[in-house]
Amino acid sequence: MKNLKQSLAVSLWFIFLTFPLMVIKVNTTDQFVQWRWMNMLWVGLTIFVLSFVWRYALNRKEARQMAAMSGQDDQDKPSKIQVLFENQALRTKLLFGLLAFALVFPWVFDTYQSTIMISALIYVVLGLGLNITVGLAGLLDLGYVAFFAVGAYAYALLNYHFGLGFWTILPVGGILSCLFGVILGFPILRLRGDYLAIVTLGFGMIIKVVLENWSAFSFGPSGIANIDKPGLFGLDMDIAASTTYIYYIMIGLVILTIVVTGRLKHSRIGRAWIALREDEIACVAMGIDIARTKLSAYALGAFWAGMVGVMFAAKTTFINPASFTFMESAIILSIVVLGGMGSILGVIIGAMILILMPEYLRAFSEYRMIIFGAAMVLMMIFRPQGIISNIRQKYEFKGLKEKTDNV
Amino acid sequence: MSDTEKHVLLEVKGLTMDFGGLRAVDSIDLSVSEGEIAALIGPNGAGKTTFFNCVTGIYTPTSGDILIHPKGKPTRRVNGKKPNIVTSLGMARTFQNIRLFPDMTVLENVMIGRHCRTRTGLTGAILRGAAARKEEQQIVESSYQLLEQVGLAEFANEYSKNLPYGAQRRLEIARAMATEPFLLLLDEPAAGMNPQETDDLDALICRIRDEVKIAILLIEHDMKLVMNISDNIHVMEYGKKIADGTPLEIKDNPKVIEAYLGEEVDA
Amino acid sequence: MEYFIELFLSGLTRGSIYALIALGYTMVYGIIQLINFAHGEIYMIGAFVAYIVCGVMTIYGFHGVSVLIIAGMLAIIYSCAYGYTLEKVAYRPLRGAPRLSPLISAIGMSIFLQNYVLLAQTSDFLPFPALIPDFEFMEPVAHIIGSAELVILITTLVTMILLTLLIKYTKIGKAMRATQQDMSMARLVGINVDQVISVTFIIGSALAAIGGVLVASYIGQVNFYIGFLAGVKAFTAAVLGGIGSVPGAVIGGLVLGLTESFAAGYISSDYEDVFAFGLLVLILILRPSGIMGRTTKQKV
Ligand SMILES: Nc1ncnc2c1ncn2[C@@H]1O[C@H](COP(=O)(O)OP(=O)(O)O)[C@@H](O)[C@H]1O
Ligand SMILES: [Mg+2]
Repeated sequence: MKNLKQSLAVSLWFIFLTFPLMVIKVNTTDQFVQWRWMNMLWVGLTIFVLSFVWRYALNRKEARQMAAMSGQDDQDKPSKIQVLFENQALRTKLLFGLLAFALVFPWVFDTYQSTIMISALIYVVLGLGLNITVGLAGLLDLGYVAFFAVGAYAYALLNYHFGLGFWTILPVGGILSCLFGVILGFPILRLRGDYLAIVTLGFGMIIKVVLENWSAFSFGPSGIANIDKPGLFGLDMDIAASTTYIYYIMIGLVILTIVVTGRLKHSRIGRAWIALREDEIACVAMGIDIARTKLSAYALGAFWAGMVGVMFAAKTTFINPASFTFMESAIILSIVVLGGMGSILGVIIGAMILILMPEYLRAFSEYRMIIFGAAMVLMMIFRPQGIISNIRQKYEFKGLKEKTDNV
Repeated sequence: MSDTEKHVLLEVKGLTMDFGGLRAVDSIDLSVSEGEIAALIGPNGAGKTTFFNCVTGIYTPTSGDILIHPKGKPTRRVNGKKPNIVTSLGMARTFQNIRLFPDMTVLENVMIGRHCRTRTGLTGAILRGAAARKEEQQIVESSYQLLEQVGLAEFANEYSKNLPYGAQRRLEIARAMATEPFLLLLDEPAAGMNPQETDDLDALICRIRDEVKIAILLIEHDMKLVMNISDNIHVMEYGKKIADGTPLEIKDNPKVIEAYLGEEVDA
Repeated sequence: MEYFIELFLSGLTRGSIYALIALGYTMVYGIIQLINFAHGEIYMIGAFVAYIVCGVMTIYGFHGVSVLIIAGMLAIIYSCAYGYTLEKVAYRPLRGAPRLSPLISAIGMSIFLQNYVLLAQTSDFLPFPALIPDFEFMEPVAHIIGSAELVILITTLVTMILLTLLIKYTKIGKAMRATQQDMSMARLVGINVDQVISVTFIIGSALAAIGGVLVASYIGQVNFYIGFLAGVKAFTAAVLGGIGSVPGAVIGGLVLGLTESFAAGYISSDYEDVFAFGLLVLILILRPSGIMGRTTKQKV
């Protein structure tokens, strides 16, 4: 009864809150007001139901925290997918299955599907790159898309002016982004975490403003067209073949990213990143050079964005500043947050869900950003570890002689 | 005690630290020698933790000298040096308010301590060559051994946030030891421990000094522990040092009794 | 010289708006150390509500000052309600969580609110009626400073004086200052910290709404996206001045406004934002605690 009353009050409150924006719509040109009363009903009903769910979820979360405190902790219990992945034999089979699927994909589905998949894979790499900076090292970078832009423009411009090819620029784009990260990171990485967020956000915006206005350099808002697609021994390829080719390059790039970030995560440097995220003061007191550790995380994150930026320019053959807005940074960030900060598997799944869902559920695509926003809030409150939580490596010991079991 | 021929490791002269108008540490002199367990005691707010923070580089002191004389290495003045430099020079610490890495495993916490004594870089980590693998193996082994020394080996793969309080304090000690210090600074290591755990800690600290050969400077409120294990005790009040000496001397020092200890010593 | 004065006054106008919004950031940050990313959206919602109220009233035949006053009041009421709800829903459950969590929640909320307005209303730029009439007595100086600018300057000044009085002399103001100094201590001496936080959000939102209405009427249009850039700029102003400091937010806002105005006037208006952020980075490197901020050492 008390709950019912409370939910009623909450839903009335939200009806009041949403009233001007949801119900009224003013048309100033025709001097006419549209009253959308139905919306009011919907808001009331939805909030009424949601408030029950909300309360239930909050209670559950509290109960769980209590349990954790009294020692009976189920919070860190790995999810089913993780258990699946810890089983060696099964994991190998699963991985091979996935790889086989990925390899035959362009032959089973049409070019359109491959194009969509390429986008998703691009975001997988972006997510894994940002995962180093945000997920592992805990440096909130809100201007990550700037590094993506550096890579894309590096390829577009070098290709336009000097006719340099994709394969030459692929590493160059990554290294250039990396350099950008270092130059930028030097002054700002000393800042407190939340200041860093705002400065990186500003940096992302500056890059866009510069690209839009410095026409002599970047061709302004009209962008650069006719960028070469990746070549294969000078072969002439039609669109389908070229898409398939790019698809395979992307698969290669994704695998490379997974292997490298996976190895880094379980290395001396990766541990330093995580320690930095967990407690900066304890980290520096344990002899870790904070500035260097931050810089390496920042620059390495930037590296992947730069590489995949080259890929992006080569895939679309046309780029302009509109592709590099804050929204992009926000999408990549939500991939990392929803997937699970620090978790490689989580970020991959996150990218797939977040990028493919709006593509296949067209009706949903209009609501995509609002759902991302809400999901970020809900995730932080109810499941901060993301879809797949980051599992730390376990070591086995037989007495003193032990063998390490690597991922 | 014939301390005269003992090698001095840490020598602090006239250390002063101001926070705005507050003088938290007021011209403190203090030294710790090889093989010594020294204690820093005093009422809450006396400035003990601030003293640690100055010595370990967390704060830059307002004035004074902090000199270290590691054996077989040149003397260094470490005022204003970054904490990571101080640690790599051989002084490691624990924190009064436990500061572990909660989402890392117990073993990994200790492995972090090995960071400044190992060298695998980015390329090594990515390529995983023989040298990198060997070093990683050594990090794991030595960290595990440290866990055994502090009695936490069975928890190696647990998340550190799930350890009980006393175990977390011991883990902090193991983590600090992993940096191979010549001097270990412990900030209230027995706080929140039950008598049994305190006794174990007592033994552990003595073992660290005698077997691992690390000198120790500890802040502690548990008088029984302090009197038991310390070679020298320094007493602070309102930022100033009001006394130092052996436990026996401190016990009978009227100033100390008046200022701080009261009846506790007689008990 | 006249050009200089014109730029100066327009910078001042702009800066005082930044200051109004920056106050919300600074007060919230002072108390819970959170960059309330969605603060710019509160400002936008204030402007939007004012737009809707104006539209409805005009269509139903009301005109003049009454529209301005009612639209302004409703904008403030709604912004406050949103600010209050925002804190309760998105931040309160995260008290005590790792620092990154509420920050990400704030970013999520910002995205959510933007898109909520976008979906509920429109993505178009909507024409906002000029609510502030051109005063006759301003005629002789109209080429240097418009009536709207004058109103903005005066409103801001009055608001700030009221805010200062509130913080200095009222009970809730004292509670706010106590909470800012030491939250657990404040709780111990019987201050209802949750309530103080709510009130802080409400006050900040009210200031943002005032800013929103003034700007929308001055610039003449609203859009779901206006809160984002304004929010970022205002935050920059807060950091410039020294985050957590109320006079700092005002000074930071003015400095930022003037910098932008002069840079746009004498160098190039295309790179206005670049100058703003350049200034931010410079200040953060040279003086991370801002102009008015005190350097505090984190207790360990
Ligand atoms: N970062 C700081 N800023 C301002 N004052 C501090 C800071 N750290 C400690 N103090 C003050 O310095 C004094 C000594 O504190 P502390 O060293 O923690 O004492 P102890 O460890 O002996 O209990 C206290 O009054 C404390 O409030
Ligand atoms: Mg202390």
